[in-house]
Amino acid sequence: MTVDFLRWMPLIPLLASLVNIFFGARLGKKLAAGLACAAVAASFAIALFVFWQLPAGATFRDTVYTWIESGSLQVKLSFQVDALTAVMLLVVTGIGFLIHLYSLGYMGHDEGMTRFFVYLNLFIFFMLLLVMADNLLVLFVGWEGVGLCSYLLIGFWYHDHKNTIAGNKAFIVNRIGDFGFMLGILLIVTELGRQGIWTLDFFELQKHVNLLSPDIITLITLLLFVGATGKSAQIPLFVWLPDAMAGPTPVSALIHAATMVTAGVYMTARLHFLFVLAPATLSLIAIIGAATAFFAATVALAQTDIKRVLAYSTVSQLGYMFLALGVGAFSAAIFHLFTHAFFKACLFLGAGSVIHALDGEQDMRDMGGLRRYLPTTYWTYLLATMAISGAPLTAGFFSKDLILWHAYSSPHGSTELWLVGWLTAGMTAFYMFRQFFMVFHGEFRGSEHAKAHIHESPRAMTLVLMVLAVGSIFAGWLGTPDYLWGNRWDPWLEPIFGGAHEAAHGAAAEEMRLMALTLAIGGLGFVLAYIAYGRKSKLPDQIASLAGGAFYRVLFKNYYIDELYDVLVVRPFTYFSRWCAQFFDPAIIDGLVNAVAKGTRGFSLIWREVQTGNVQHYLAGFLAATVALLLYFLGQQ
Amino acid sequence: MVTLNHYLILGAVIFAIGVIGVVTRRNLIVVLMSIELMLNAVNLTFIAFSRFLGSMQGQVVVFFVMAVAAAEAVIGLAIIISVFRHRRSLDPQEMQLLKW
Repeated sequence: MTVDFLRWMPLIPLLASLVNIFFGARLGKKLAAGLACAAVAASFAIALFVFWQLPAGATFRDTVYTWIESGSLQVKLSFQVDALTAVMLLVVTGIGFLIHLYSLGYMGHDEGMTRFFVYLNLFIFFMLLLVMADNLLVLFVGWEGVGLCSYLLIGFWYHDHKNTIAGNKAFIVNRIGDFGFMLGILLIVTELGRQGIWTLDFFELQKHVNLLSPDIITLITLLLFVGATGKSAQIPLFVWLPDAMAGPTPVSALIHAATMVTAGVYMTARLHFLFVLAPATLSLIAIIGAATAFFAATVALAQTDIKRVLAYSTVSQLGYMFLALGVGAFSAAIFHLFTHAFFKACLFLGAGSVIHALDGEQDMRDMGGLRRYLPTTYWTYLLATMAISGAPLTAGFFSKDLILWHAYSSPHGSTELWLVGWLTAGMTAFYMFRQFFMVFHGEFRGSEHAKAHIHESPRAMTLVLMVLAVGSIFAGWLGTPDYLWGNRWDPWLEPIFGGAHEAAHGAAAEEMRLMALTLAIGGLGFVLAYIAYGRKSKLPDQIASLAGGAFYRVLFKNYYIDELYDVLVVRPFTYFSRWCAQFFDPAIIDGLVNAVAKGTRGFSLIWREVQTGNVQHYLAGFLAATVALLLYFLGQQ
Repeated sequence: MVTLNHYLILGAVIFAIGVIGVVTRRNLIVVLMSIELMLNAVNLTFIAFSRFLGSMQGQVVVFFVMAVAAAEAVIGLAIIISVFRHRRSLDPQEMQLLKW
């Protein structure tokens, strides 16, 4: 079905961004920021309207123009909205709009506010391009574009060299993943082209996927998954996300929690028809997802920076989503993506509110007792923490249980996968409530000066927090288990994942038992956090100094993975680059070019002696040649 | 008895003298004269063949050559005069301005 206003959804933020680039300085901070927010609000309104109009199982299309035409390969710049895209649209524009509003307050004192909104709008444009693309190439453009915006925003405060380095790291690590992603796309095109089908269109791909051999599909999906691990921060490419917290907090909430990092999940779900044909890739995805969820959660246990805890928690939750994808529960993965967007955005923005109140302080050891000073932040943070920990009837409870249930009962799942996810759920509850108690309860541990300045955030920020907190509860009610009012979520996505969706056959009683177990370990995590951090206690220090503190240090330093990569990859690569720059390039490359030049010059120095400039010499040569030719032809007769 | 070969050998000798003059002499006027010598050596050869083969074609060509030689002499002498006016010398070895 053709709906020709779809194009305005990405276009409006792009236009606003362009206007702000060229006229932002003239408009002034207030007007520029207002324009940016209005643009995203307009996109959100269109998204809502499209969502309202979209019949179940239908697809809206809007073809703008033909981008590439080469032989029988035709790539159109064209947008599509189906049930899956509609969900992503609501998340991107809805959460995006809220975070724009929040930024009005958060970035209000920053001199680079206009630049900030330019980047933010540009990000919304590329993200919409990514989720609305109806072929792989447009998706790839969006994919690279959000990476660029992520880089720009991580290094937003570029005066601090640390931030630019973090931006570089994010960009370079993503580049590795993108390389795999691009290879995957190229492999699809050439392999299908070999069968006479030249296309990048999702719809066409799905139709012709059976032409590919299983080995090729496995290779393609593995390459695509490499791209997903980069963008969605999975083992082994997750190292950039914690450092990405150098950016402003709204950016962490929007890009590095709610939207961009879920692009890998979205891409895998979008191409589910490929992935289901590659069981080996699926099981690898499940294992990597579970492992990432587990390890990131252990690292989060020991962090002291308020945003780093949330960063590792994001990595861990993304791991859950990949676990769900890996066991074939695509719908559950998207459901967790949806609920996670609410509570993680709420957590990040809450953390931003705390940082704002403490004038840039991020170390949780210098916080405490903020409940009295920041009541709104406190309550919203509590709701979001409950949601991510899986407290009953919150959004996280339903989506996480759904994933764990699929991990256990799906034909691709296993008890081991469930066990890892279950342990992670316990740790999640522990580290989140540890953070909660450290920040909001007890006595304030910072300086007197800081204490005097604590203030609740402006209305624009707290309002957004409240909306997101409400979402953290109710977003999950769309997908409740059968023993409540049933799942409204799966039927909505059924037309897309229909063939792929593995109906979980199992007794409801077993599902209840698993849910009780998950609740139990979540509760245990909460109780332990309360014992260790909710009251005055020496327990945390005692645990930290176990085994001479080695254990704690390993977790705190993220298993020394950064150092490991530094030794294994970064340094050899730097040495190699330096060798290239200082030896290979000047000696070999330049040497070759110079040798050609020198040889030519030497040769011509000899031969130019022939050209004496004397006409009579030339004539003599002319004569000699004529005689020689004459003799030759006469000799032939 | 004067045979064809005698004429041809005489033509070749005059031609060779002309060639050596063109290549070795250091005065442009003499070089020009040597060229005339070469042309006339060729003319001689044409005439000889014409006579011995009983054909008029050779004589026709000779008229052409003589006409061209006249024109060539005019232009050549004009160039030589203008060169001499510029350089006060007619030595071809000194005319090397175009050498790189």
